[in-house]
Amino acid sequence: MTLVSGWGRFPVVDSEVLRPRSFEAVGAAVADVSGSVARGNGRAYGDAAIGAVRTIAMTGFDRVRSFDPATGRIRLEAGVLLSDLIDTFGPRGFLPFVVPGTRFVSVGGAIAADVHGKNHHGEGGFGRYVDSILLRTGQGETIEVSREQNSDAFFATVGGMGLTGIILEATMRLRPVETGWIRERVISASDLDAAMRALEASDSATYSVAWIDCVARGRDLGRSLIYLGEHASADELAEGADRFPIGKNPGLAVPLDLPSMTLNRYTIRAFNELYYRMGARRAGGDHVVSLYPYFFPLDSLSDWNRIYGRRGFLQHQCVIPEQGARAVLGDILDRVSKRGDASFLAVLKKLGHGDGLLSFPLPGYTLALDFPVKGDILNFLDEIDRLVVAAGGRLYLAKDARQSRATFEAGYPALPRFKAIRKSLDPAGNIRSKLSQRLFDEV
Amino acid sequence: MTSRKTVLVLGGSSDIGRAAARAFAKAGYDVGLAGRDAAALEPDAVDLHARYNVEASTWTFDVLDTASFDGFVAGLPVLPDVVVSIIGLLGVQQNAESDLAHATTIMRSNYEGPSLILGLFAEKFLARGHGTIVGVSSVAGDRGRASNYVYGSAKAGFSAFLSGLRARASRGGVHVVTVKPGFVRTKMTEGMKLIGPLTVDAPVVSDAILNAVEKKTDVVYVSGKWRLVMLIIKTLPEAVFKKLKF
Ligand SMILES: Cc1cc2nc3c(=O)[nH]c(=O)nc-3n(C[C@H](O)[C@H](O)[C@H](O)COP(=O)(O)OP(=O)(O)OC[C@H]3O[C@@H](n4cnc5c(N)ncnc54)[C@H](O)[C@@H]3O)c2cc1C
Repeated sequence: MTLVSGWGRFPVVDSEVLRPRSFEAVGAAVADVSGSVARGNGRAYGDAAIGAVRTIAMTGFDRVRSFDPATGRIRLEAGVLLSDLIDTFGPRGFLPFVVPGTRFVSVGGAIAADVHGKNHHGEGGFGRYVDSILLRTGQGETIEVSREQNSDAFFATVGGMGLTGIILEATMRLRPVETGWIRERVISASDLDAAMRALEASDSATYSVAWIDCVARGRDLGRSLIYLGEHASADELAEGADRFPIGKNPGLAVPLDLPSMTLNRYTIRAFNELYYRMGARRAGGDHVVSLYPYFFPLDSLSDWNRIYGRRGFLQHQCVIPEQGARAVLGDILDRVSKRGDASFLAVLKKLGHGDGLLSFPLPGYTLALDFPVKGDILNFLDEIDRLVVAAGGRLYLAKDARQSRATFEAGYPALPRFKAIRKSLDPAGNIRSKLSQRLFDEV
Repeated sequence: MTSRKTVLVLGGSSDIGRAAARAFAKAGYDVGLAGRDAAALEPDAVDLHARYNVEASTWTFDVLDTASFDGFVAGLPVLPDVVVSIIGLLGVQQNAESDLAHATTIMRSNYEGPSLILGLFAEKFLARGHGTIVGVSSVAGDRGRASNYVYGSAKAGFSAFLSGLRARASRGGVHVVTVKPGFVRTKMTEGMKLIGPLTVDAPVVSDAILNAVEKKTDVVYVSGKWRLVMLIIKTLPEAVFKKLKF
């Protein structure tokens, strides 16, 4: 057994980690024990990518099977990282349609969580650009699933957190781009109302996201910087600029777990003040930035999760339906700012419809907050969850490590349907993760 | 046909071999992948073509079957510009201490086979007047250690072969590179205790290989830290060294 955890380093649990080298070996690994789940690059925060008994590491499967440079259609193994796709196909004029806030996620993980990017409000999630999936079920079959073929299994697999089986390969579409640069516009918003208005007014922007200073209080509550983005065309680049910028691998690493002292209300407040002022100064006109800092601002510091110290941290990401979102978000932010120990920065963004049965997005606003694991944080988050549930919202499974069954069931009405499909694909229940055990497996 | 450069990777199914093939393909080389099971290399050849739009082919090559070497080289449709040997077998030192067959396999896989095949290519390259030969050896060859001297001594032999070959071949326009990776996270080292700061991933090794080929470097320690570590280890007096446990 090995101690395993997600990106948040909480919880840390026992699971046997296997690294199969062939699809046959994947099948064997799933067949001979009850309680396995696939793991991509381990960027889910909580316990989603940890098998109840056995965890099947997939990053070794990183081959491209075919690529059509005329259409951008690509078939690949599930362990290919988006960073690899961007570095390889970006210079050839293609990027993934959807990228999350880190590029170090695998294609399998991106499908399983149906990840959303800064374009979800207009262009939907990762799964929308996936045409078909080669799935190894718990029952031992290898099947191709798509919108036309085994469509139940397809919509259960997109956003299904690995619980329909192991994704071996996928066919998807890439976005044709002229350059690897983004034309960015920064808007500063002095409070939550202004931030929500700005996001609302930016519905036609391809990319939009707000970084909220969540220690600001009173009149400043919800003050934020909104980052809009469009793909830059070749003639928008500066003279002599490369069409495709180089994505440097993170050079800096956090060498050790910082003592939890480092993050306190004073350091966070000082950081946020600085961040807000620097951003506000850039507000206004358009400028062209490399896709790397635009999409992946945190990737330049590797192992940054260690900043939160040995005990790890929790991310709380909820989505609240548009109706009534203002009041609930205000209430949450108010409680968070009063505590004063939350994240450096919170992320606020508008989402559209999700595609998969358990896909997180629904039309409304999503707020993501980080908290170090300490004190009464679990109770505090339960309190926040009650507000989310009352507003008809839900929590993101890829970030979750602690929500209750009741919170989960209230937020995901398609759960019974998902369970029925899962049962038909895996009657013996071979595929199980720590997350599914916690939230919905029959005990 | 294309006028692109070609590289032949011997040991193409290893993690470093796959990474090296990608590094060269990315730099625009057509790639030949050689290994014991050519069919098993096919998906990697497909991957190289899909990613980098280069030609990629697969070849059957067994480093222990030295009798087949002449035929293998003669059977290649083009003599590559660069040949890289990533073949190696760590084996199990404890077993090799009493099991002669196992010790022989380690010695032959790390010294005899790689040296003979690269020597053959060197002759062809010299006759043509250009070419680059890359041998992936090991820091383990810099000094025999109690814990892995069967492997280490074979790598030492290989390193010595490469340095002699370099001295001779450089006069004929042929360049020889010796690569000494330290700890690399691969299938070979899976489950071993590796020292974090001294350990690298396969793409770091392959980038170092490509870089050495293009810059005509002679000996590459993949991580600069190893040069220092090995300098210290090499200069320890034997009386001290034999008391150390490692
Ligand atoms: C800094 C940071 C920023 C992030 N920003 C965003 C964001 O903006 N939007 C967003 O949506 N998410 C975001 N995430 C979350 C991340 O995108 C998801 O957790 C994603 O699933 C991680 O992919 P992974 O390959 O690391 O998968 P893992 O974390 O290893 O696994 C995640 C889930 O996918 C399943 N899975 C993985 N591979 C397979 C496979 N081959 N077959 C079947 N199931 C599989 C696992 O079982 C698990 O349920 C962020 C995470 C970090 C660390």
